[in-house]
Amino acid sequence: MDKLFRVSSSPHVLDRDNVSKIMIYVILALLPSLIGGTYFFGWRALWVTALTVLSCVVTEAVVQKMMNRPVTITDWSAVVTGILLAFNMPSNVPFYLPIVGGVFAIAIAKQAFGGLGFNPVNPALAARAFLLASWPIDMTVFKVAPRGGTLSGIDAITTATPLNVMKQSLDILKHQSNYAVEKVSQAQSAILQLKEAYGHLFWGNVGGCLGETSAFLILLGAALLMYKRIIDWRIPFSYLFTVAVLAWMFGGPSGLFSGDWIFHLLAGGVMLGAFFMATDMVTSPLTPSGRIYFGVGAGILTVIIRLWGGYPEGTSYSILLMNLTVPLLNRYTRPRIFGERRRK
Amino acid sequence: MLGFKERTFHGGAHPPEAKKYTEKKPIEKMPAPEQVVIPLQQHIGAPTEPLVKVGDRVKIGDRLSEPKGFVSVPVHASVSGKVVKIAEMPHPLGKKVLSIIIQNDGEDAFSEAVRPDENYMDLSPEEMRKRIQMAGIAGMGGATFPTHVKLSPPAEKPIDTLIINGAECEPYLTADHRTMVEFSEEIVAGIKIIQKILGVKRTIIAIEKNKPDAIKKMRGVTRNDSSIDVIALKVKYPQGAEKQLIKAITNREVPTGGLPMDVGCLVQNVGTTRAIYEALARGKPLYERVTTVTGPGIKEPKNLIVRIGTLFKDVIAYCGGYREDVSKLIMGGPMMGLAQHTDDVPVIKGTSGLLLLTEKYVRVADPMPCIGCNRCVDTCPMHLVPTTLAEFADFKRYVEAEKWGIMDCIECGTCTFVCPAKRHLLQSIRFGKYEINLQKRKAS
Repeated sequence: MDKLFRVSSSPHVLDRDNVSKIMIYVILALLPSLIGGTYFFGWRALWVTALTVLSCVVTEAVVQKMMNRPVTITDWSAVVTGILLAFNMPSNVPFYLPIVGGVFAIAIAKQAFGGLGFNPVNPALAARAFLLASWPIDMTVFKVAPRGGTLSGIDAITTATPLNVMKQSLDILKHQSNYAVEKVSQAQSAILQLKEAYGHLFWGNVGGCLGETSAFLILLGAALLMYKRIIDWRIPFSYLFTVAVLAWMFGGPSGLFSGDWIFHLLAGGVMLGAFFMATDMVTSPLTPSGRIYFGVGAGILTVIIRLWGGYPEGTSYSILLMNLTVPLLNRYTRPRIFGERRRK
Repeated sequence: MLGFKERTFHGGAHPPEAKKYTEKKPIEKMPAPEQVVIPLQQHIGAPTEPLVKVGDRVKIGDRLSEPKGFVSVPVHASVSGKVVKIAEMPHPLGKKVLSIIIQNDGEDAFSEAVRPDENYMDLSPEEMRKRIQMAGIAGMGGATFPTHVKLSPPAEKPIDTLIINGAECEPYLTADHRTMVEFSEEIVAGIKIIQKILGVKRTIIAIEKNKPDAIKKMRGVTRNDSSIDVIALKVKYPQGAEKQLIKAITNREVPTGGLPMDVGCLVQNVGTTRAIYEALARGKPLYERVTTVTGPGIKEPKNLIVRIGTLFKDVIAYCGGYREDVSKLIMGGPMMGLAQHTDDVPVIKGTSGLLLLTEKYVRVADPMPCIGCNRCVDTCPMHLVPTTLAEFADFKRYVEAEKWGIMDCIECGTCTFVCPAKRHLLQSIRFGKYEINLQKRKAS
């Protein structure tokens, strides 16, 4: 016996995919929206993204060094968090918000819990919630009109997102007696204009956070992730389906089943949330049926916040809240084992 | 395409098939080595007692041991010569096992017991089973469960479907593939024997689609036999795992903790089926088998007929020896095979292949924390949640692990293969199963 061989438990071959590759694919899938954001809102969108990314990566490295842990910035997960955080900001935020947001996302929402794989909530969304609570004006005032944004009803108030217009107009219509007649008719025409503006909402030349406005570019990236089997259909589709159904049922000015569900799918962060936030691997359920419940739950919360809550937008809070239910969902949705008899 | 819609199971993965090394190479007979080491236990079940002592002369096919109990099969001499030693020797399954070492006299003389029987089909099922046991036949796909036991289902569990497993879903291995191409008639004759023993009519030969020549050959030889169908299966690992195979073909699910006979099925590997034919028609006990020697670490990959008891190092020398950067020697395939630390162990009845991997294949990154990508969950052919099971096992939470089905794991390794974080999922799960079994044995 002249040679000793290596021994290990089987299997002896492993797939070539790894965590870094997955993260790089997510970044690739986010690029169309980043390019779109830069096109719609100008170079500043790119600088904001660069700042958040830099802030996230530096924070990760510094925190890990301080905690005497291996520095894992080469897994690219901090970059993903950075890009997603930027996508949730207006392009005109003051420069310190991306920096503070990045530090919060990585240091508090991720590394304090043990780093990648252990964070209970999506770090980018946690940071967005933190920024929104701390700098509510900076995070919700959209000073930059999108290039080619031609929604006339919105042009009058270039700082508002379509969701804002919708929420305000609906409020007016629901309490018509409190408002002047012309205000009511203005609201009516604004809603009609929004209906005609599906195209703008789809392509993305509307006001909003810098990465969330174009449904088309988000779907483009999502298609890549689905093709690569990095995300599956369950969370995005159950989420979008729930939002659409509930918005159609309860979202209209004239009673049940008059809501504009297409508008609710295309406007705001729903698309970005569905394909890039809710599907975050670490903070979504493991089991197939758990993923469906997760999407449905987030959909219900989104619509509740949008229609009856104080904010025009509910995507990020709905996902954050559902993130916290993931351990429970995992525990109660164990798949039926092969050959296991169904309970009576 | 091949006349059947794609049949498969839910889950699974696609490891690189890597059959190109040997799939076109005809089976070669390797000359008997100078010395063979024949372990007295090569099957799952009760050990056997030696019948010979040091100094005895034996001939090929002589029985060397007495099975103890029903779930036990004897071993036979694979060369003619003298018994030079009976001692505990290294065994490819890990522990040392009492083994009979025979010095080859080079005469290749056969035992009188090895003689053809033209009227073997007239034997009663009981006699057939007895002969299969005494021929030492155990499942040759790798599990080495005694075949006569499998062929003795209790009366309350009748078998209606016999499945001949030619899926060979393990990457690299081509032993079953070549057996089907070159010994197709013998496989069919073996099927006839099993059909008679079980009184079963419906027989399905299941082959993965990546072996079109084997499918064609088996279809050819069974064309006039209405009781035998050849089914082409989707290429997917672990398509050849018993439960997944039954699901793909009959859409029946073997209940948890149950056996194929619980759903009226019996699965036999093609190599075993051929061995049954050889035992009855030629009186030939299981003293040699087809095995694939393959991988990037061997100079001349081959499909070989090797005498049981031939040391791995002799087989490897016959195949031109190692390539320089070889670093892993595996008995079986890359997904379920057993890594060996030494080549000083013998070929046994379950040695479906020897796989030599080089450094490039062996180097793996350190495991990262689970990122919850779901891949292990979506690919587990048993519909388990491997990452959670591994976590339970790592933290010794065995009660929960059992509740979540850890004992249903078939150890196919798909979860570990697909894991992007390179976690040792199956290793943890295996450890958990081992500990649970240990606790149960202590309790009883």
